[in-house]
Order: sequence, then structure tokens, then C-alpha cells
Amino acid sequence: MKEATAATKTAKDSKSSPKQNLEVDQAQVTVGNRFCENPKMSMRDVNVFYGDKQAIYDVSVDIAKNEVIAMIGPSGCGKSTFLRSLNRMNDTVDGCKVEGEVLLDGDNIYHKNLDVVELRARVGMVFQKPNPFPKSIFENIAYGPKIHGLADSRVDLDEIVEGSLKKAGLWEEVKERLHQPGTGLSGGQQQRLCIARAIAVSPEVILMDEPCSALDPIATARIEELIEELSQNFTIAIVTHSMQQAARVSNRTAYFHLGKLIEVNPTEQVFTMPEHQLTEAYITGRFG
Amino acid sequence: MSNSMDNLQKIKNSLKRRSRSETRFRLYGRVAIAIGLAAVLALFVDIVSKGHGAFKATYIQVDVHYDADLLGITSLADESQLMQANWDALTKSALRNKFSEVSGRRDKRQLYKLLSNGTGFDLKEHLVVNPLLLGETESKWLLADDDIDTYYKSWLDGEPYDARLSKKQVEWIDQLHQQGHIRLQLNTNLLTRGDSREPEQAGIYGAVMGSLLTLMLTLMLSFPIGVAAAIYLEEFASKNRFTDFIEVNINNLAAVPSIIFGLLGLAVFINFFHVPRSVPIVGGLVLTLMTLPTIIITSRAAIKSVPPSIREAALGMGASRYQVVLHHVLPLALPGMLTGAIIGMAQALGETAPLLMIGMVAFIVDIPQGFTDPATVLPVQIFLWADSPERAFIEKTSAAIMVLLSFLLIMNISAVWLRKRLERRW
Repeated sequence: MKEATAATKTAKDSKSSPKQNLEVDQAQVTVGNRFCENPKMSMRDVNVFYGDKQAIYDVSVDIAKNEVIAMIGPSGCGKSTFLRSLNRMNDTVDGCKVEGEVLLDGDNIYHKNLDVVELRARVGMVFQKPNPFPKSIFENIAYGPKIHGLADSRVDLDEIVEGSLKKAGLWEEVKERLHQPGTGLSGGQQQRLCIARAIAVSPEVILMDEPCSALDPIATARIEELIEELSQNFTIAIVTHSMQQAARVSNRTAYFHLGKLIEVNPTEQVFTMPEHQLTEAYITGRFG
Repeated sequence: MSNSMDNLQKIKNSLKRRSRSETRFRLYGRVAIAIGLAAVLALFVDIVSKGHGAFKATYIQVDVHYDADLLGITSLADESQLMQANWDALTKSALRNKFSEVSGRRDKRQLYKLLSNGTGFDLKEHLVVNPLLLGETESKWLLADDDIDTYYKSWLDGEPYDARLSKKQVEWIDQLHQQGHIRLQLNTNLLTRGDSREPEQAGIYGAVMGSLLTLMLTLMLSFPIGVAAAIYLEEFASKNRFTDFIEVNINNLAAVPSIIFGLLGLAVFINFFHVPRSVPIVGGLVLTLMTLPTIIITSRAAIKSVPPSIREAALGMGASRYQVVLHHVLPLALPGMLTGAIIGMAQALGETAPLLMIGMVAFIVDIPQGFTDPATVLPVQIFLWADSPERAFIEKTSAAIMVLLSFLLIMNISAVWLRKRLERRW
């Protein structure tokens, strides 16, 4: 990949300069292996604006099938904004505009003929704060299949609910109280309920926006295990504040800085031999 | 060291001052609440003490002889005969029999005034239901005239008001009282009849029906329109200058004096669309205009209070915006919307001014049966009675206020109940 090599070269150039420059210059190009064969999703020159303010600058990256890609970076670097532009959750924000191409299996999700309802059934989302519906546990899971007409019968629906809860590792804990409110569960259970709800419609991609930031370490460990299990069947993009988490769960890590994608590389490499000095500065804790 | 001791001392000194000012502040609050409660209590005590009498009416016992000749009828089956029959003759002869010593035109005229001049009509209805009574004599309690009623009640209370009675009439009442032939009994007219020029026969049933019909129409129109507008503005409309402009205007409408809505109704509904005046339709339309801003504002507040995370969750699941609203936002916002609607309805129930402009202030005796029958409403009925010169209307007015207040109380309690019940689901 020509572009990638060129980027590597620039990175090396800047590394070799005696004075470390942590500023992001306008011509900043992403370094690392950002493209892949047969990507599940691919983004090309994505720019996101909130009104006049630009939040994301020319991000191009691929997400491979069944991989877990982690997005890290300091607060306000645009990683959540970028994640939300992958299933058009930004549509609901007034004044938010997305430019560039976001392809899902080769189709642009911002094409005017595409229905967001279909898109969001294929690209599910788990949010920062657990947000179960104020309905029963069963209704929470059954909601997606119901609105998309995925279950032909009550038995089907029961199966989907049971299967999703099992995949989310919640079945044993809640099978006795499926018809009690989902809001009565603990924070970690609620988040797993939200994951179960997301996988109930069998999406192809699951976007997770800091899914563990409101949870204690034990609940976090459960979710991380779950992410690993889910990666066998789903493509997962996860935004996280915790570098350890990124290191534990992801195959590849993308480092964002001030709205620019600085580096994308296999996770191990990012945390051991980052290519870009900004990445290095961030993971060694010099800012962030 | 000494410095920190100084600080500690300063803090200790200030503690007293702070706790004093807090005590003072609490006291202000208690005084404010006491004033509020006292005002409400005074209102209720005044109204109830004036109005409770109206739920009882004075009745006089006489022997009624259903004399066909006196009535001038041959058959009870003939409607036209019943219409023309001299029903008052029955009560007059009954009174003459009771006070056989009374003679002379003037005295007799005063005697006849003991009973309400609607009693003849009451006897007609009684006879039609019990045709076997024709030709028989029956001892019956008949409604007394309002002046007698006022006098008898005040006399029982120990402060007789006899300004409108003659000496003879006072004597007769005294006589009746000693015989036990005059008494207070439950006033069924008050809650079962329409308005009347005669206070003793006037009831608020017509006004209650008018209010119910008007409010029903108001609710049927303003709730769906208000909720639809609120949902559209909150969930679908993009935020721009135009929607800002709409919002400012809705808030302005909520502050427009109600009489202006009455004028608008007069100009638009009656003069332009030729809706008949004085009917619940036009009243309902005007009150809808008046209630809409309240319902829109409270509904929007209820929708706003639905956590955005629920909306995001549903959108993230691939729910369309319509499904988000129908499945998640509406159920959560409904208690607030209903409370707003009931508060709006309570306002509409108490509204008088706009209805004066559209002719619902007319004197209407018949009970309205539908949306197109002339009607008046409770607060207007109160206004009409308060404006009447007859002394007996004083207690009627208070009684009508009691009925209006109890309707308001029921509505507010049901608002609280509905809210609790719908919210308790989760």
C-alpha cells in the first residue's frame, strides 16, 4: 500500500527530527495499516461538522470482518463522533453534517436511498450509559425483533430472547425474572442487557461507545470477556478511554487526535512500538 | 496555631448567626403557608356556611284534592286537556281548605303566595304518573315559595328575615310550624332542574350538563391537537427561526386574556362560520383555543423530560422516529400530558369571560341534551345567580360554587391519581 508507506515515511521523518513536535499539522496523514482486503466497513475521507465547527478531518480507515477495532484518544478527539457516524446516530444531532463515504459491504450508508432503519438493524449500538427501556427484561430484548418483524411466532421470539441473553451471558442471572423491569438490574447487568438487546436483531457490526465507563472493574471484566466471545460472530468497533481495555479486547487500535486519525495498527504494535510520536506520547501518558 | 483558633472562633460565632437566619427563613415560609391555608379555609367556610342551606328547601303539607271539575278535564289521556287544565287551582283550593278562615281577595292572594307557583306543574306530573288519584284527596308536601323559604330558614336560625312577608303570612307560617305542617327537606330541584326565575325551583343541572358537554368537546379537540402539536414540535420539527417563532407565539397565546378568545370566537365561529350562538359547540371551540397553549406547553415539557438515552436506545435499535415516539416517548410522557390536559380542563371549567361573548350567558331553562342545544355553564350560572335580586339566590349561588369546586376537586384528584397510576408501572 503506497499511501501507507508514504505515511510511515513521514512519521519516520518527524521522529528523526531532534525537536519532538506534538502539534498536528494540516497535512497530517494517518500512519499504519489502515486498509484491508474485503473490509466490512470502509470509510473514505470522512469529515464531520457540528455547525461551523469541524470535529473529524479526512478520516479514511477500513474495518475488517469479525475484527475488534478499538478507538482511543484524548477527550474531545472525535472518536465518539466518528463512531456515531458509522450508523448515522449523528443524524439526530441538529446541525451535524457528515461528508465523505462510509461503506458497509460496499454500499454508502449516506446514500439518499438508504433507510437508516435498515442500516441500524445491521449496525447496532451500545451506549456509554446502560440505557435499558423502562420495560421488562423480555420486552427489552424482544423490542428489536418485534419492530423488524424477525420473529414469526411467540415461540420464535422466546428463542431469540433466550439466545440473545445467553450470548450476552445474562441468561442464568435473569431467566427467573424475565418479566420484571430491566431497570431493576445492576449497572453491569443492564449493560449486558443492552448488548443482548443489540445482538437480538443479529446485526453485522456492533458499535460500542465506552461501554464500560460507568461500570465497576468486575462488571467491566465481564463485558470484556463478552466482547471477545462476540467477536467470533460480529464485527465490533469500540471506543474506550481505557488503554488497557483497548489492549485487552481489540485486534487493531486506532488513535485519534484533535479530530484526525493519527495511527491505525495491530493493537500489540500500537502499545509496544507506536509508529507516530503522538501515539507514543499518548500511550506513555504524556497527555490525555 | 493561634490563627487557626481564631478562625475556629469566627466560624463558631458565625454559626449562631447562620442558624438564626435559617430559623427566621423557615418562619417566613411557615407564615406564608399559614396565610395561604387561612385564605383557602376562609373561602371554604364562607361558601359552605352560605351555601349549605340551599341543599334543603322548605315544604308545606297540604291536602290536595284532585278534582277533575276544578281542573276542567275529563280524561288524563288527552294531552291538550292536560296542557290547558288549571293546575294552580289545585294548590289554591288546597291552601284555602287549610286556612278556611282566610277571606278577602288580598288575603287570599297572600295565602297563595305561600307555595311556589310551580307546584301546580309538579302536581300535574304527579297525577300523570298516578292517574288513579283523580277524584281522590292526598296529603302532600309541596314546595314553598322562595320568600317563605328564606324566612323559615332564617327564623329557624333565630334571626328571622321578614322584610318580604306580610304580618299575616308570618302568622300562617307560625301556625303551620306549630302544627308540624312545615319542614325542611332535601332540595332535589337544585341538582335535577335547570335554571328558573323562581329561586326555589332553580337548579344547576342544566348548567352542569352544559359544562359537561362543553368540556367534552374541548377535551376531544384540544387534547389530540395539543399533543400532536407538542410531539411534532419536540420530536420532528427542525429547530429554526420559524419554529422559534411558533414557540414564542404559543407562549404568548397562553397569556392572552380569555375574553379576547371570546371575541375571537364571536367574530370567527358565530359571525363568519355561522355556528349557532349559546351552544356547547361554540363554547367548546372557544375553550379549545384557550386550552390549547396550556396543553401544548405541558405536553412539550412532559416530552422533554423523557430521558434522551431512551430515544437513543430505540433509534440505535433501528426504530423509526415514529416508533420511537409511539413506543417509548408517548408512554413515558403520557402521565405528564394527562396532568396538563386535566389542569387545562379545570381552567376551562372555571372560565366565564369568553363564554359571555358567545351568548352562553343566556337564561336557559331546558336541560341541554346535545352539542347544539342552547346551554349555559356552571361559572356563568353562578354569575347569573349572583346577579339576581332575589335574596334566595344568595345561598343558591354559594351552593353552585360548592358544586363547581367539587368538580374541580374531583378533576384535580383524578389528575394526581392518573399520574400515580401510570407512573407506578415501572
